[in-house]
Amino acid sequence: MKILVCISNVPDTTTKITFTNDNTEFNTAGVQYIVNPYDEIALSRAIELTEGGKGTVTVINVGEAANDPTVRKALAIGADDAVRVNAAPRDAYFVAKQIAEYAKDKDFDMILTGRESIDYNGNQVAAMVGEFLDIPSVSIIKKLDYDGSSATIEREIEGGKEVVTVSGKFVASCAEGVAEPKIPTMRGIMSARTKPLNVVEAVAIEEVTKVAKYETPAPRGSVKLVPADQVESLIGLLHSEAKVI
Amino acid sequence: MSVLVYVEQAEGKFKKSVFEAVSYAKAIADQQSTNLTAISIGDVAESELKELGKYGAAKVLNVSADQLKTFVNQAYASVIAAAAEKDGADIIVLSNSFSGKGLAPRIAVKLKAGLADGAVELPSTDGKFSIKKTAFSGKAFAITELTSTNKVIALNPNAFGVKENATEITIENFAADIKQSDLGTVIKEIVRATDKVSLPDAELVVSAGRGLKGPENWGMIEELAGLLGAATACSKPVSDADWRPHSEHVGQTGIAISPNLYIAIGISGAIQHLAGVSSSKVIVVINKDPEAPFFKVADYGIVGDAFEVVPKLIEALKAHKG
Repeated sequence: MKILVCISNVPDTTTKITFTNDNTEFNTAGVQYIVNPYDEIALSRAIELTEGGKGTVTVINVGEAANDPTVRKALAIGADDAVRVNAAPRDAYFVAKQIAEYAKDKDFDMILTGRESIDYNGNQVAAMVGEFLDIPSVSIIKKLDYDGSSATIEREIEGGKEVVTVSGKFVASCAEGVAEPKIPTMRGIMSARTKPLNVVEAVAIEEVTKVAKYETPAPRGSVKLVPADQVESLIGLLHSEAKVI
Repeated sequence: MSVLVYVEQAEGKFKKSVFEAVSYAKAIADQQSTNLTAISIGDVAESELKELGKYGAAKVLNVSADQLKTFVNQAYASVIAAAAEKDGADIIVLSNSFSGKGLAPRIAVKLKAGLADGAVELPSTDGKFSIKKTAFSGKAFAITELTSTNKVIALNPNAFGVKENATEITIENFAADIKQSDLGTVIKEIVRATDKVSLPDAELVVSAGRGLKGPENWGMIEELAGLLGAATACSKPVSDADWRPHSEHVGQTGIAISPNLYIAIGISGAIQHLAGVSSSKVIVVINKDPEAPFFKVADYGIVGDAFEVVPKLIEALKAHKG
C-alpha cells in the first residue's frame, strides 16, 4: 500500500495574525511554523494503516526551502520519505496541480490531506487533486478504514454523517476523529535527519486567484456586564437591544 | 454570460443556507446586469423548486437522474459544469456547506476557474472581482481577486442573509450525461439527527467548556439550547476529553461559525477558540473568572458560576417566552 499525505506549512495556532506592506502581505516576523494540525491527523492515519510493513507513506509539500523543518517534522512523526515541490504556494489551485503532477504516475492507493489549512481555510486541495487526477474525492472525513482495495469512509454532513465506500484510488481530506495525532519519538526525530527529502521543480499553470489585501476583524466595543443576580435582564437585553432572540 | 447557483437539497428540501446562496447569486447577477439560473440535482418537488423564484432565480434546471439521487461530488461537479457551459454561465455560486466544500473545488478545476470559498460579501464592482473571504481561521479576512474568466464562489452560511426578490420562475428539465467513472463513491448510510439544530448554519449557538466539570453536566446546556432553538457547541478540551463529539468543537482547529448569537459558558477564551467564533454577531460570556480573556471580545457578560447562572437563565427564558 502506498499513501501520499499532503502537508501544509502554517503559522502556529497561537500566532497573532498581522500584516505588512499596506496590508497586502502576511507579517511573518517572529512567526513559528508547524505542520498544519489537520494534516497531522491525515499523516497519523496513514502511518497507522501502513504499520507493520503493510506499506509506505510519502509526504509532499509545495513550498520553498524554508519549509524543510516542517517537512522533517512530518518525517519525524513517521513518514518514510518526503517530496518538496520547490515553489511558493500561490493558491490551492496551484498547489493541487503540483501534487497531481507528482502523483499521476506514482501509483498511490490513496492521497490524504487535512480538512483545511489553518491559514487560508480552503478545503480545496483534496477535491482539486481528485479532479486533476479524475479520481473520487471525499471531503471532511471523520473515519477511514481500508481493506487493501476499497475504503469505508464517514464524512461529516450538517447535523450528522454519511458513510460511503470507494473502490480504487481516491483522495480524502481528514478532520478530527480520523486518528489521534502522533507525537514524534526521539528515535523518529533522529531518523528523520537521514530519510529522503527529494526536491522537484514546479510545473507552470495559469493564475486563477490572487490576494489583493488582508483585513483584520473590526474590534468590538467593551463588554456590558450583567450582575449575576439579575440574569433576567440579560434576556431583556438580548431581546430588545441586541435583537437576537 | 450569466450566473448559475447550485441549490443543494437534503431529503427533497432546501435549507435557509440555500436561499441565502440564491439571494447572493441574484445580487451578483444584478451587479453584472444578467440573469440568474439555478440548478437542482435529486428529487425535489415542483412546489419546492418554485420557492427559488422568491429569491430571484428566473429559471431552474432540474436534474433528476436515478444515479444522482444522492450526493456524489464527482458526478455532481460534471453535471454542474456541463450546465454552466450550456447556459453560458461564467459565475457559479454555491453554499459553503460540507457538501459544497467537496464540490466547489472540482467545479473550479473543470472550468479552470478561480474559487473564493468562505465568501462573506458581494464581489467588488471596481472591475477586479475581489471577494472578501475568511482566512487564518477567523483571525483575518483575505480580499481575494478571481483573475480567471470563469469564477466559483462558495458563500459562508449566515453571512449574507436571505433577501426576497420575487421573480417568475420557469422549471426546465436538464438531461445530464453521466459517466460511470464519476460514480466511484457509493453512499451506504446517512445518519442525521433530526431533533437537533445543525451547528455550521445555526443562527443561535450555546457553547460550553471545561468550566462545566464533566459531561454529566450538559443537561442544562441542552435545555438552554432547546429553549432558544440553538445548536450546541463546545471548546477543544471538552471534545478532546470525549465529553462531547468532535463535530461540536468550534475554534481554530474545529469549525468556524458566525451565528447571530454565541453564548459561551465556562470557556476562558483562548486565542484558538476565539478564532473560530469571533465573527459571531453577538457574543455572551458566562464565566466565574472576571479575568477570563473571553470578556474582552464579548458584547454581554455575566461574572458568575455557571451552575447558578444557567438554571436562572433557563427560568428567565421560560418566563420571557410565557
